[in-house]
Amino acid sequence: MGRGYRHLLAAIVVILTATMAPAVETGDAEKGAKLFSKCKGCHEVGKDATDRIGPHLNGIFGREAAAHDGYAYSKSMRRAGVDGLIWTAETLDAYIENPRALVSKTRMSFRGMKDPQDRADLMAYLRVYSDNPADIPEAEPTARGTDHDLDPAILALKGDPEYGEYLSSECLTCHQSDGSAEGIPSITRWPEEDFVIAMHAYKRKLRPHPVMQMMAGRLNDEEIAALAAYFKSLD
Amino acid sequence: MKLNRRVFLGTGAAAAASLSAPNVLADGHGKPRVVVIGGGAGGATAARYIAKDSKGAIDVTLVEPSRTYFSCFFSNLYLGGFKEIDDLGHTYGTLAAKYGINVVHDWAVDVDRDGKTVTLAGGGQLPYDKLILSPGIDFVDGSVEGWSLAAQNAMPHAYKAGSQTELLKAQIAAMPEGGVFAMVAPPNPYRCPPGPYERISMVAHTLRANNPTAKIIVADPKPKFSKMGLFQEGWADHYEGMIDWIGEEFGGGDVSVDPSAMTVTIDGEETKVDACNVIPAQKAGRIAEMAGVTDGNWAPVNAIDMSTKADADVHVLGDASMQGDMPKSGFAANSQAKVCANAVRGALTGSKVFPAKFTNTCWSLIDANDGVKVGATYEATDEKIAKVDGFISQTGEDSATRKATYEESEGWYAGITADMFS
Repeated sequence: MGRGYRHLLAAIVVILTATMAPAVETGDAEKGAKLFSKCKGCHEVGKDATDRIGPHLNGIFGREAAAHDGYAYSKSMRRAGVDGLIWTAETLDAYIENPRALVSKTRMSFRGMKDPQDRADLMAYLRVYSDNPADIPEAEPTARGTDHDLDPAILALKGDPEYGEYLSSECLTCHQSDGSAEGIPSITRWPEEDFVIAMHAYKRKLRPHPVMQMMAGRLNDEEIAALAAYFKSLD
Repeated sequence: MKLNRRVFLGTGAAAAASLSAPNVLADGHGKPRVVVIGGGAGGATAARYIAKDSKGAIDVTLVEPSRTYFSCFFSNLYLGGFKEIDDLGHTYGTLAAKYGINVVHDWAVDVDRDGKTVTLAGGGQLPYDKLILSPGIDFVDGSVEGWSLAAQNAMPHAYKAGSQTELLKAQIAAMPEGGVFAMVAPPNPYRCPPGPYERISMVAHTLRANNPTAKIIVADPKPKFSKMGLFQEGWADHYEGMIDWIGEEFGGGDVSVDPSAMTVTIDGEETKVDACNVIPAQKAGRIAEMAGVTDGNWAPVNAIDMSTKADADVHVLGDASMQGDMPKSGFAANSQAKVCANAVRGALTGSKVFPAKFTNTCWSLIDANDGVKVGATYEATDEKIAKVDGFISQTGEDSATRKATYEESEGWYAGITADMFS
């Protein structure tokens, strides 16, 4: 980005800040909605949002870290909450910029969003669901981590956790059974459906990672279901 | 799906397991006993999985002379200044405390396969029902003319991590300005196929910063090596003019060294060197030979459970085994250990035995944030561990991909060491 353009952008931000309603003062919520696609593999926000691989993000602003009931946070995130981390514009900005720098060893395997304007836009979008949760528009497409065209019969398979435990030993050479993520994502406690969808996406080479394409490539539908059942059951 | 699983469980290994289990228990010595020799990626993993999954039904003893294990994997990153030596060190306390593994810090010096006992250097005897050998490598005497273990201080191998690795690093740091670092690379098969070339990259990384006019010579008996295209591209990009790789066709296999004079002679041409890393030809760790389960330099094994061709109750894992298509790597040993643990537990307690699956991935670092990888999946056939599918990093990848690959390797290191020791 050129120097002049950056100045122009800064000027626009100043104008926006001065003129717009407080709810969107940090950025452009519409742009943020698009940016949220980077997050929605794991997080939902909006009407009917539920916990998926990560916790849903309704009401995130002003909440203490790891304070949302029903989601199994990592030890690190729980410790951060106990230590007094509260999600505000400042702390969220720092976390989204580099999650591992603010709270290391959490289950969030996101490399970070470098552009401050992108972060501001994203937070503006999230803030819509914090300030006025009752006003969430009915027509808004809910951000779901489950966009897929997988055969419902595959999703309906019930996995055998004991078989999954044996198969999981292959995964645990890289992924950690305690759910911590350091360079390699956490795969524990995912909703089984999300796990199955992700593994089939690797199997069909819709997700790009070569190691995972190879690993998933030789797992059959039952084996993927078994792994999903096992990893869901881990503490 | 249930039907499928019943078919394979009913026909193969599980049926065999239920037949063999009563034999063991009928011996009248209470719990079945497994002795594991060697506490590296194969042995520590096997001991941990058998103890963890049998939940106390099997007595597991792990024999390992060192109190601290220094991983060979990532030891090149220590040479490159990316890791401290302590980052590579791991201890056995959790295996004892959390899983009840009897950790014995001693050398195993003999195996009596008829009497089913292991003799320790300290004089003790360990009886076993199943013996798992994961001794790693030893060096073939006389494979590099002029070099022997007696010369390992002048010309370190640094191919078993620990003090040797520290010594090599100190010698690289002490090289005079514009000095020469030489490596004698090993013939196939050897531990960690990309290891020597990652090491060259890491030495070059260190020298570029501290001694940029220094030179690196590699004498290699092989015509090509693992990830060759990726390394050569990286060497040209990052360390231009610094590394002279002399392969088979230029006499790289015709090499002798003189550790007292610090000279290396390649294809008749003698060079004075300032640091020299000799990586000799390799063979199975000596206890495998003493147990009588080797054929030539390595121990042939059955792919389905890593049992030796010589003795169904003696299993060999990792570098020491001759198993087929897998490279000798820590990842491979860890993968084989889990297949073996599942089969051994099934044989001793009648637990379900699932089909063997193996995986390997080897990451290498060429320069800061320039990581590459190669990997494959494998299955057990009657003849060997056979490759199913594989991939390799591409030349010309963008820097973000290479950085992500390096970060992934750090994640793998945390993962595999947790899978061995935590």
